[in-house]
This record gives sequence, structure tokens and C-alpha cells, in this order.
Amino acid sequence: MNAVDTDNVLTIRDLTVDLSSAAGRTRILHGVDIALQPGRIHGLAGESGSGKTMTGLAALGLLPHGARTGGEIRLGDTDLLALTPRRLNAVRGHELSMVFQDPSSSLHPMLSIGHQLTDHLRHHLRLDRRAARVRAADLLAQVRIPNPQEALGRYPHQFSGGMRQRIAIAIALACEPKVLIADEPTTALDVTVQAGVLRLLRRLCDDLDLAVLLVTHDLGVMSAIADEVSVMREGRVVETGARAQVLTDPQHAYTRTLLDALPGASTGTGSQATGSTP
Amino acid sequence: MTPQPLLSVTDLVVQYRRPGAPPTRAVAGVSLDVHPGEVVGLVGESGCGKSTLARAVCGLTPAAAGGITFDGARVEPLRVRRRDPNLTRIQMVFQDPYGSLNPRRRVGAQIADGIRTAAQRGEATADDRAEHFLTQVGLPATAAERYPHEFSGGQRQRIAIARALAARPRLLVGDEPISALDASTQSQVATLMRALALESGAGLLFISHDLSVVRLIADRIAVMYLGRIVETGRTAEVWDNPRHPYTQALLAAIPRPDGAGRLPAELPGDVPDPAAPPSGCRFHPRCPRAFDGCDREEPQLTADGVACRLYAA
Repeated sequence: MNAVDTDNVLTIRDLTVDLSSAAGRTRILHGVDIALQPGRIHGLAGESGSGKTMTGLAALGLLPHGARTGGEIRLGDTDLLALTPRRLNAVRGHELSMVFQDPSSSLHPMLSIGHQLTDHLRHHLRLDRRAARVRAADLLAQVRIPNPQEALGRYPHQFSGGMRQRIAIAIALACEPKVLIADEPTTALDVTVQAGVLRLLRRLCDDLDLAVLLVTHDLGVMSAIADEVSVMREGRVVETGARAQVLTDPQHAYTRTLLDALPGASTGTGSQATGSTP
Repeated sequence: MTPQPLLSVTDLVVQYRRPGAPPTRAVAGVSLDVHPGEVVGLVGESGCGKSTLARAVCGLTPAAAGGITFDGARVEPLRVRRRDPNLTRIQMVFQDPYGSLNPRRRVGAQIADGIRTAAQRGEATADDRAEHFLTQVGLPATAAERYPHEFSGGQRQRIAIARALAARPRLLVGDEPISALDASTQSQVATLMRALALESGAGLLFISHDLSVVRLIADRIAVMYLGRIVETGRTAEVWDNPRHPYTQALLAAIPRPDGAGRLPAELPGDVPDPAAPPSGCRFHPRCPRAFDGCDREEPQLTADGVACRLYAA
């Protein structure tokens, strides 16, 4: 199981989420347990609708309106679920940060890169304009954007998809967070570009001692950079373990069907994971 | 393999005009054949022109130069008039099954459109009913009475395939037909497309950015980069022994779910703007094996299927 409990930066324990709709309340997460450690990438796998994105959103306090949560999400000594929206805002984007799937919709199209990066730094770290700009250029260099100084004055549409995702990562890292939640960060990217972003995430995690929750349906991506892997199905974690163990010797039948469904799996033909997600 | 290809694309050039700028050559001289009963996988990354090629094959985008013949007849671009009945034997399955099905019509009625198309050519048979095609794609016959929103993405794509098959195509063109689907259903829908196309004796041009799925179903692979085909060959040969440096980079970048924690190889740089392609070989600015002259001489696709000066005779 997980390393010693005290090493955890973020601990999700027995998390439940209920969403309300016209038809009444529906429980979509049924007691999820996940622990993140510094310098480690925890991969969260599963098909669409399995609850992996909801788990990430719950940690960020970004659940849809009317959602009711149970259990706890502990960042250090703080239970995030118990925080007031105002207190949570101070934590989110500062100690706890996020990267989403689509970099073209997570960046503001009408603000320069420099504006979006420095806003963040000035708000959370109270840096003055000049210091914020210096730090912003450093951040862009850290995510390997060529000519960072010049890039600060440019707009999102002037960058390719891969570069935009690197910029989104730079913004997420601006306040030196302890935890990064990355939801399908490379799904919208071409495979050669994806390779670069995966390498970047791994390096940042190692260099900055960052704890990363990597939400992805792609077991190849998982295999490339995750240290631990949890597999979700229908709002429950069905299996958690070290990367090599989960991917080569899965203990749960569902993990096995997911692996068998991949092209080039041992069967060679690819079959479908059984059942559909309700 | 029959000597006469079903679809023959010769030196095709497709351009998009933009105001105040030179036209963008999305497809810059591509030749490609598809034979009856053959599955050709066209792979490449965003912006390489693979979708434009698919659209041109279906007559949805006009060619600026070169030609496309289908079954011996020239494919003319679609205008305001009805599609030439002869060309309705080319059917397309699009990427997004949410956009390609009419949300306000029952599934059965939409498949009946395809049957009517075949009937107009006198090719529909008595048991051509929507239910028949739904069962072929693995859906219950009762699906005909329902609306698209009642189905998941994978099921909708099956409906789109059923509709295309109902028109009795001789060539099926799939433009990223699986990329909007869950990973666990992707290979299943792809294998289904292959099986159904071959069963009816049709050819299949399967376009995807995902080499690992294409490998599963294609007899032949063509790799496109920036408007040109850089390598083509039998699927197993290209997969096991890629020759073009771009194909090599593409394969090396695929993360394998082997649990080994191996970081996929990165291909530095971005795809250049197709409106201003690099001189010489289009891949040379990013090519790890470029040498003197690659920036001046544009390599042509050789008879054994690679466009790279490393393999010049």
C-alpha cells in the first residue's frame, strides 16, 4: 500500500460525492482513498464516467453546484472539504494547482501570456510588477518555452498546442504549489508533442518535489511517468499499486480487461472492456 | 490484389485560400491507391493534411492540381447539386458522432437515408432494412426507434457506420472515426469497420493519428507529414522496420503500457506552418538525421515507399 501516512502531502480518505438533479440525488463517488507523496506521480485511470475527473475536481473544490461531499481531503493539516470558499481560494492556485486537458480553453485568449502569469503571481505572492515579470520569464524558461522574455508579450493563439500546455503548466507552477492535479494533460496533443510534455511533467515533479495526481485514460501515458497507479470504476477505486505491478500483474479483473482492450495487447486483437459505464 | 485500384489519387494538390496571404497547400502532391478489399491506414499528426485528403477523396474539397479517380471515373468536387449517384458508392464516417448524426431524427430514419441512396443506384436488396444494419454493427434492432442522444459515443459511431454501410459503399472513408471514443472501445470499433468493409468487398481508407490502432486493422500504412506522404508500406514492415526518420520518431513517441516507466522519445520542434513549408525536405528542420543538402533537395517517394535522401539509390 502507500508509504508511511505522514509522508503524504494530500490524503483523500473515504471521499463520497453526491450530485443532485431533477431525478434526485445520485452518488457518483463511493468512498475514494488516494494518497499523494512529494516527488511522486500518482496516476488515476479509468474510462469516461468512472469518476476520475470528479475526484480531481473534488480535491480542488470545483465540483458542480449542489454537489454534496463526505469523507476528507487533507492537505497537510487542513481538511479542504471543511474550508470556507474564501479560505479555499487562498489555497487553490497557491498550494494546490491544476492543469486541464484543453490548453486553448484554459488560457484567456485575449490576455498576453505575461499578463496571465503575472496576475497570478501578484495575487497570491504579492509580488510587484517587476519582480513578477522576472519570475514569469523564469517559469517559461523552466517549461522550455523558447525566448521567454519575448513570449511574455505574445497571446495564446500565437503558440502551438504543445506550447500552450507548457504555458498552462508554467501558470500552475507559478506559486510553487505542493500538489499539482493534471486532468488528461496530454490527451489533446499529438503523440510527439505529448512525449515532450510527459518528460517535462516528470522532470518538474522530480526537481520541485511536487506531488502530482495524473488523471488519464491512457495506460501508455500512465506507464511512462506514474509511480503509483489507481484504477477507478463506477466511482470506486478498484485497484491501487506500484506502476509496474498494476500494469503487468493486475490484481483486479477490471484492470485486466482495460489492458486487454488496448491495441497490441497480448491477445493481439483488442477486445472491449466488459459492460458499459452507467 | 487486383491490378486495377478502386481509388487512385495522383499527384493531388489541395489548397486553402486565405485573404491577404498565399494559399496554404494542405495536400502538396500526394499519390495513393486503395484496392478493393484492402484497408489503407493514413497516419500523421494534426495539420499534416490527412483530413483534407479524405475530404478531397469524397469530393468535399476541390483539388487544385492532380486527380482522383474512383472505379475508373474522375471524382468531381461536390457543388450545390446532388452528389453523382456513382460517387455515393464512396461513404464517409466522420470523427464526431455527436455532430454527424441528426439529433432530431430517429436512428432508423437516418439509416434509411443510406438504404435509399443504394436503391437509387438499384443496389439495395429486399432485406435492406435499418434493423439489419444495426445488428451488423452490434446494436439491437430496437435502436431504430430511438434518437441519437440515447446512445453513448461508441454506440453513436456504430450508428454512423451502419448508415454508411446502408448505402452499399465500395469505398469507406473513415476520418478519425475512433478518436472521440473511449480507449477501451477504440480498437473494437476499428476492427468492426475493417470486418464490415471487407465483408462487403469494399476498400477502407482509415485515417487516424493513432498508429497503434491503425496497425491493428490496416494492410498498408501511409505516413503523412506536412502535406506529403513520407513513407508507405505493408503495415508490419512499417511498424517493425520504419525507415523514414519521421516514422521512426512517431513510433518512438508512443508510450507503451508495459509498466516499465520508460519516457517516450521526444521529437523537438513544432510542425512548421504549411503555408510556408521549409525548403528541401519538409522534415529537415526537425530531423535528427538530416545531412548536407536536405535543406535544398526535396526527396520524392521511391518505388519501395520512402521519401528520404538517406535511402536515395
